[in-house]
Amino acid sequence: MSVGIVGYGSYIPRRRIKLEEIAKVWGADAPSFKRGLQLHEKSVPGKDEDTITMAVEAGRRALIRSGGIDPATIGAMYIGSESHPYAVKPSGTVVAEALGITPQAHVGDLEFACKAGTESMYLAHSLVKAGEVRYAFGIGADTSQGAPGNALEYSTAAGAAAFIFGSDPERMLAEVVETYSWTTDTPDFWRRSYMHYPRHGSRYTGEPAYFRHVMNSAKGILEKAGLKPEDLAFAVFHQPNGKFPLRVGKRLGFTMEQMEPGWLSPWLGNTYSGASPIGTTAVFDVARPGDLVLLTSFGSGAGSDSFIFRMTDRITEVQNLAPLTRMQLDNNKIYIDYGTYAKLRGKIRMGE
Amino acid sequence: MESPARSWREYPQRYRLEAAKCTKCGKVLYPPRVVCPACHGREFETVTLPRDGHVVAPTVVRVPPTGFEEETPLPIAVVELSNGVRLMVQVADMADPMELKIGDPVHLEFRKIQQDGEAGLLFYGHKAVRD
Repeated sequence: MSVGIVGYGSYIPRRRIKLEEIAKVWGADAPSFKRGLQLHEKSVPGKDEDTITMAVEAGRRALIRSGGIDPATIGAMYIGSESHPYAVKPSGTVVAEALGITPQAHVGDLEFACKAGTESMYLAHSLVKAGEVRYAFGIGADTSQGAPGNALEYSTAAGAAAFIFGSDPERMLAEVVETYSWTTDTPDFWRRSYMHYPRHGSRYTGEPAYFRHVMNSAKGILEKAGLKPEDLAFAVFHQPNGKFPLRVGKRLGFTMEQMEPGWLSPWLGNTYSGASPIGTTAVFDVARPGDLVLLTSFGSGAGSDSFIFRMTDRITEVQNLAPLTRMQLDNNKIYIDYGTYAKLRGKIRMGE
Repeated sequence: MESPARSWREYPQRYRLEAAKCTKCGKVLYPPRVVCPACHGREFETVTLPRDGHVVAPTVVRVPPTGFEEETPLPIAVVELSNGVRLMVQVADMADPMELKIGDPVHLEFRKIQQDGEAGLLFYGHKAVRD
């Protein structure tokens, strides 16, 4: 039985803050940050946008592209995020209720730094493949936070991507060709209970964490599938900044033409659990039937999930049924200053 | 602030925009009622509201109720959906709320409406966003 994606959707908030605006407040040299991280601006959630609301909107768009799946037939839904609005109470129940999936569904929240989104996809795919459910939702969404003045503040952003997995040949728009995961205990980034902001191992987050896991995961899935980089039309990597995904892709043997369509971080920032899944939606928006697509995520801690998809003839029929990811990234932007950003992100202590 | 129980009872309307359609005269009621105000019918079927419409009457609240201080000025509008149903909603994502005009096309998006302090429940529903 062939299992794949039958619907997909993304959601990117409208607000943006430019890197210069953040650098100005902390006395940092904006040009060197822009050069070093290859970041220009990032998305900022409004006071009324969070992991739950973005997941609902991305999920609705996935349902539209599914060609009329009855939400009640979706048997499982998982949301990966490191910014679930509640410490205890699932995001998934609100999202499932809003999408009309409840009550006969298995719903769960996942957390694994930046790779919780692909974790949810992995589980959704596996349940459909096992024949346990007919359809399953895998969602990645985050409103990530960086401490004021920390390097993370230049990249932490907000967004969501949702994928519905199924096995109906007539609905399938991307068949899952192969999956692969590569995981070790590597403490490059963490946030303890009750802490507002995460801590990280600075440059240690590069070689032993991001590059080692992404390289091994991508190499592993290519070997498992018997494919070479030149066989793929597109490759999407986790994008904590603009620089890392291009560097890892180049090391693996991918070209800029293969990576550019899914490389959003210079203008979106790092949407954590949403990052490589949103990049994948941008690739799906432009992919053609028969194209092979590599998705390799990375989550600090650390692990890396990989998928290879083969696009079907149906992909071109559904691309324009819902807002395209690049259109959301490039249009209707609202630029804000650092004061507004600080207010929206809860960085200002209010009076009693 | 709403109680958890009251909020929970309203999830079908707040989360999924479920309305009641009178089986006798066809009038769509949102929120649902026990008796149809048009024909006094008492039987309804559940229908889901469309999420596209236009602004009928905009206004901007500058002295907000408790809990909305950080969202001031707060744009609010009566929106007529494409099936003719009207509802009053907050309008999100306005860089300048005074730009909201009668006739502006909008769609409804799922948003957080309010929260019960730092430790209480979060309440979700729909807001209008200008197209």
